Amino acid sequence: MRKEGAAKVCGTARYIDDITLPGMLHGATVRSSIARGRIKKITFDPAIPWGEFTIVTAADIPGANCIALIQNDWPCLAAEVVNHPEEPIVLLAHADKHRLAEAVAAVRVEYEPLPSVHSIAESERKDAAVWGEDNVLKSYLMEKGDVDAVWAGADFIVEGEYETGAQEHLYIENNGVIAEYSDAAGLTIYGSMQCPFYVHKSLVKLMALPEDKVRVVQVETGGAFGGKEDYPSMIAAHAALLVRKAGRPVKIVYDRAEDMAATTKRHPSRTRHRTAVTKDGKLLGAEIDLVLDGGAYSTLSSTVLSRATIHAGGCYFWPNLRVRSRALATNSPPHGAFRGFGAPQSLFAIERHMDRVAAAVGLAPEELRRRNFLRPGLTTSTGQVIPEGVDLEHLLARAMELSGYKEKRQRFARENERRALKKGIGLAAFLHGAGFTGSGERRMGSVAAMDATADGMLRVLVSSTEFGQGTNTILCQIAAETLGVDYGVVQMGPADTSVVPNSGPTVASRTAMVVGRLVESAAKEMRHVLTEAGLIGEQYSTEEFQRAASMYVGKHGQLRTEGHYEAPPNVFWDDELYRGEAYGAYAWAVYVAEVTVDTVDYRVAVDDFVAVQEVGRVINPVLATGQVEGGVAQAVGYALYEKVVWQKGRMANNQMTNYIIATSQDIPPIRVYFEEVPYKYGAYGAKGIGELPMDGPAPAIVNAVSHATSADFCAVPLLPEDVMTKLAQVKSQVVEVVGA
Amino acid sequence: MRAAPEQYEMISPGNLAAALKLMASEPGRWLPVAGGTEVMVQYSAGRLPQRNLMNVWGLPELRRIEVTPDAVVIGGGCTFAEIRAHKAIAAEFSMLAKTAAWVGSIANQNRATLAGNLANASPAADSPPALLAYEAEIELISVRGTRRIPYTQCHLDYKRTALTQDELILAVRLPRRFAGWRDYVRKVGTRNAQAISKVCMAAQALVQDGVVEAIRMGMGSVAPVPLRLAAIEECAAGRKVNATLIAECRQLLDKMIAPIDDIRSTIEYRRLVAGNVLEDCLRTLAGTA
Repeated sequence: MRKEGAAKVCGTARYIDDITLPGMLHGATVRSSIARGRIKKITFDPAIPWGEFTIVTAADIPGANCIALIQNDWPCLAAEVVNHPEEPIVLLAHADKHRLAEAVAAVRVEYEPLPSVHSIAESERKDAAVWGEDNVLKSYLMEKGDVDAVWAGADFIVEGEYETGAQEHLYIENNGVIAEYSDAAGLTIYGSMQCPFYVHKSLVKLMALPEDKVRVVQVETGGAFGGKEDYPSMIAAHAALLVRKAGRPVKIVYDRAEDMAATTKRHPSRTRHRTAVTKDGKLLGAEIDLVLDGGAYSTLSSTVLSRATIHAGGCYFWPNLRVRSRALATNSPPHGAFRGFGAPQSLFAIERHMDRVAAAVGLAPEELRRRNFLRPGLTTSTGQVIPEGVDLEHLLARAMELSGYKEKRQRFARENERRALKKGIGLAAFLHGAGFTGSGERRMGSVAAMDATADGMLRVLVSSTEFGQGTNTILCQIAAETLGVDYGVVQMGPADTSVVPNSGPTVASRTAMVVGRLVESAAKEMRHVLTEAGLIGEQYSTEEFQRAASMYVGKHGQLRTEGHYEAPPNVFWDDELYRGEAYGAYAWAVYVAEVTVDTVDYRVAVDDFVAVQEVGRVINPVLATGQVEGGVAQAVGYALYEKVVWQKGRMANNQMTNYIIATSQDIPPIRVYFEEVPYKYGAYGAKGIGELPMDGPAPAIVNAVSHATSADFCAVPLLPEDVMTKLAQVKSQVVEVVGA
Repeated sequence: MRAAPEQYEMISPGNLAAALKLMASEPGRWLPVAGGTEVMVQYSAGRLPQRNLMNVWGLPELRRIEVTPDAVVIGGGCTFAEIRAHKAIAAEFSMLAKTAAWVGSIANQNRATLAGNLANASPAADSPPALLAYEAEIELISVRGTRRIPYTQCHLDYKRTALTQDELILAVRLPRRFAGWRDYVRKVGTRNAQAISKVCMAAQALVQDGVVEAIRMGMGSVAPVPLRLAAIEECAAGRKVNATLIAECRQLLDKMIAPIDDIRSTIEYRRLVAGNVLEDCLRTLAGTA
């Protein structure tokens, strides 16, 4: 049973909007109506009794006016200029939340408009310089071998350009926080979030408070997918400013329209590939030019770009490779973390490109891949040596067998000619690095702890949060297994920065592998302490262990043990050259999608989906399968349905009626299979799993659509309108040939 | 929620006579609300201009389905869930049952009413094409009495109907004179469920040896109002479905429709797909698909 499952199912779980504090006010945000401009004047319509409202502007910020992340360029409230639509300018609070909408509309902001850019192309051309001198938020150059030398010896040079769109997280629960303040306790934030210590760090800087006067508590959180990695720091900052001015607790909960319009999305991307290959299908080298649209501020773009860059070459051996990557500024709300974190973008490009390289060479898509897979002893794009046990060829063979790939690939091509319903089958092979990139884990130095209560309950203390993925359950499983006690007597401590150590943010598919390992260490240490104290022997029952823990607490006041991060041996990473061990471990996968394209309405249906992956040891098969199913479902949306309609940097379809995610009626049977190759340095052999299933479906599906239609699709989302445009072109080209 | 509740007033007259009386005494002031599936969305978004609402949910006079020898009469207050579940409708007017099942979600179908759907007059509504193909009539009621008009005369323009300010839709009458007709119904939505149509079509035809003896067709989402495709019906009547007929019909359709670009789709897509669906419809009804 999931640790928080009963409360969720019975409706007793309390989310942020279920919580009311005495005397609490409700907050709302006045946002910019234009993409970019100088704020000339803010006026308050006299029809509103402003005396009843708490009003906050940038002038009320006691510390630095920024949301502290990496470069600290993201203002908490716009003071002089706005750089994207929906940028926060003024905050209002009132005891009656129904007064707020009218009041927000009654705050008039006058602007002197400035030129803005709204696409990668416009930003690249510097139609206007909207960030720094050149709009470049971050760039990387990653080189392996000598790519300039390969072109002369190539039998084929294959080029391609690939695009991916923005994607909205659409977690069930919108962003929301409550802030309270007292001089004695300082500032407390309760909220729906992934990373309590990110919020803590940001508030310390913004509010100019000592660290021990800021406390952040995650409450039950209804989904996140990366969308509650950075934005909770913003909304918590707003609530904090209002609570300081009003002297009363303040709740801010966004409605769906505001959440969709104002908060982060997945970075749109454009990737250009140029590949040298022999007539036998051996990859000689490639140049990859990768650009992400970062939105108006740098926020997390540098790290998203880093992961996109490292994954750009996919799961293939490149003797020579050059990846140039840039994140460019545009005047939309900043794009942020979203499950996959840059990898879905660059993996879509390489996996779509591989089908096109195969076609150019005259090989089957699976055969070209097979001939170039990374294998033990070969090196990745960053020069990391592939360890024993990695066997992509086996994953490919299994996925093809389970999906009936070979037979269908031939049969569909044969039958499609005389059918209005065209069928296709396509695959994608890919990898996903688990944990922080490069030296990230070492720098983070995460800590997890365990303690025991006086009555012998055993608690896992981490800042890693549950937001649907199963964190609570697997961490308790790991602790129980290590302690040798029943799962039922292990509980999660509160995700409260005043109680738990910093085990790092809940991101990057790191919780099972990295934090799980720390919990394992802390549990080992607890067992060791009780053994040393002579309270338990070699063999003991759960009750005996609990009694021992309880006695220890009685005698010493507390029983608390910690696990500290230690980097695996022989790990080296060069941040300048992007060489070395980019990740502690990679998960590997081959996905196969089967589709039908209807030539009456150009809609694509995914009929069947096979997902074969190797994610190390699977700690909880039910939850792991759920992660894969959920990721695939979300990626079906990314591939075929979810289109953010931008109008001058503003999301125009910020409602669930018009931003189309796949329903259960649009999702195929998702058949999930695991291969288990334990990773020595992960908890009980676990690697990361959460993001992997987001990476592969889009290219597998688009490869299948291209197979079904014999048309070359290179962008997602692939909507019926796009299919129509391309098929209409193909049709008219054919007509021309006949006419000639 | 962006609306301020105290700025709105809702009253429940309790019976049909009282509701009609209220509408007659203050014409245009009271917006009738049945299931509220449209009104609540507007209200929640802070975009509901009418501040005076009259609750007609559950009025028994509006909630009957009657099967007479020559018609099935569906009370305006019947929900799509009730329409979906009704045996006579499923047996004789299966396109209406099917389109009822397309409406929003199950929760929507439990609240949304047929009259509400027609009075709301969205060109993208799911059931109108079927009602057009079935040659439905609507019965309107006010303190002045009742009147009956063909459904084709209901929609005047985008979101504008033939209802006067004191009228409610009492019932929708489906004539039982189409025994032996084949039907075709198709929704092109943004996804398979909970979708708003980009193109929606319903048709029925009497076909003999590949010849279309008679045909009735309705199409939604391609013009400011749901369209009865009368010119195409005339063109097809008495003819075999072949490439010539299809080309003529597609040309006629092209002239009749006025699709738009919006955040859901494009003019080009709606135009081409409307033609494709029409072609698919003709071929399917003639058995040549």
